[in-house]
Amino acid sequence: MFRLSNLSYRAQRIVIIALFSIIPIMLLVTFSYIPVLGMFKYSFTDWNGLSPTYNWVGFDNFITIFTDEKYYEGFINSIYYFLGSFVQLAIALYFATILSFAVRGRNFFKGVFFFPSMINSVAVGLIFLFFFRPEGTLDTILSFMGITNPPKWLLNPDIINISLVGASVWRYLGFNLILMIGAISSVPSDLYEAAEIDGANRWHQFRYIILPSIRRIVAITVILSISGSVAPFEIPYIMTGGSNGSNTFVIQTVTTTFKYNKYGMGSAMAVVLFLIVILVTLIQKTFIKEEK
Amino acid sequence: MHKLKYGSLTTLKYLTLIIGVFGALAPLVVVLFASFKDTMEYHNTSALTPPMHWLNFDNYVTAFTKGQMLTGFKNTLIIMVVAILGNIFIGTMIAYVLQRFRFRGRGAIMAAFLFAALIPGVTTQVITFQIVHWLGLFNSMGAAIVLYMGTDIIGIYVFIQFMDNISSQLDESAMIDGASYFTIFTKIIFPLLTPAIVTMTIIKGIGIYNDFYIPFLYMPDPSLRTISTSLFAFKGPFGSHWETICAAVMIIIAPTAILFVALQKYIYSGFTQGAVK
Repeated sequence: MFRLSNLSYRAQRIVIIALFSIIPIMLLVTFSYIPVLGMFKYSFTDWNGLSPTYNWVGFDNFITIFTDEKYYEGFINSIYYFLGSFVQLAIALYFATILSFAVRGRNFFKGVFFFPSMINSVAVGLIFLFFFRPEGTLDTILSFMGITNPPKWLLNPDIINISLVGASVWRYLGFNLILMIGAISSVPSDLYEAAEIDGANRWHQFRYIILPSIRRIVAITVILSISGSVAPFEIPYIMTGGSNGSNTFVIQTVTTTFKYNKYGMGSAMAVVLFLIVILVTLIQKTFIKEEK
Repeated sequence: MHKLKYGSLTTLKYLTLIIGVFGALAPLVVVLFASFKDTMEYHNTSALTPPMHWLNFDNYVTAFTKGQMLTGFKNTLIIMVVAILGNIFIGTMIAYVLQRFRFRGRGAIMAAFLFAALIPGVTTQVITFQIVHWLGLFNSMGAAIVLYMGTDIIGIYVFIQFMDNISSQLDESAMIDGASYFTIFTKIIFPLLTPAIVTMTIIKGIGIYNDFYIPFLYMPDPSLRTISTSLFAFKGPFGSHWETICAAVMIIIAPTAILFVALQKYIYSGFTQGAVK
């Protein structure tokens, strides 16, 4: 019978390297690299996903993306998500600072803020459909505060994106918060004591000790929110399906491809998204290298 | 004066924390309230009114049976177990090879995994869809399993980082006893990786449990619904029965809540490890 231990270590080495890397590499090539190559190839065609033949259309798909409102509308809506990420960052920063110091029930607050990031995406969508319903939770809370004529949160195209961004902020805030608490806790505590002896107040401590120490994580979050804001899919898709002016670029990619079978067009949209994300990541990498 | 200033700051601090907690919990608590109300009560009370009967589980029974949530839980569990097992084996194996051996092509493999991590998954679905079709996995659990198994690169880094701290003297002394590389991996390295494996299992498990995109796209058959797609299906037929939908939402959240309370510390560190990389 064949036994690995009968081989010399030199031969074993070759066997084990080959044996242990073949499956991961096959999966990597099949589900990461072939899709990327295919995506670039089909982005220049009018393939419908079924027919064995297709035509090369040059840059037509790309021109359409940037000239037809139906397609570039998603980018306009990403501005809402981008701005929302700053609101999220500010709130997370505030609570992270508070929770990094002596607070009664610190773990309770941490847990409550973080829990939404653990919830199933469809559940989050339904929770907020319920939350924004006419005469639902939000309207009831507002009526206690004397606002009796609230807008239609998910029907009014001027407001719908703000509502959806609100749901996203609710979902991802705690995740941001935990990252920041981690960064702040890496500051040695005698630094605060020394500062206090020198007469620094809370604002000074925040401005000159905490903020510099978490600059890196804040920078990463801001940069990532650029790529994050072009790609929202789950929450808006589950809640509105992209209707009433809440379409995002990824929702449009999915409908174009899988609903209208425009695989060529869908591939071109995916290429655009891909290039944006790669660009943002490269910026992030160089930025972080400089920081170090 | 000094005391007064810090005193009011403390009040402000707790006040904002309470507002924060209200913001985080209100959307959930109202769903919990509604899930215990019967149709009449739901329509006649405000969203913020607690239910009259806290033990009225009728909506839960309706949601669970009519929404076929048992199928959803069963499918999700199968996918989760198989995909995580596969993911752990594949991840630890390639990490072992990359961390313990220096060979030609090692750098290229590392770079290939690194670059693949940059490819946004959503963008390549158009072609991945074709590949899944071509492999004959469309509308089968195999599609989700194979996609969850292969796409994860963060795991490899977590394993490599962890293995950096496992002394190679252990390997060498085993080699003196004549152990093969395979034995070293299975008997020494793999067991010592347990903490990293636990972390990856939690992160992966939560990711799979919460994912909507892959089952929605690759397993449209109603008998293959996962918890995400079975919950999504409530949107249609139960459209106006919010009390049932709310019960369904609570059924999905309950396991997450239990897990979170039990494993809070692991979850924080696991999530941050995965994100900062």
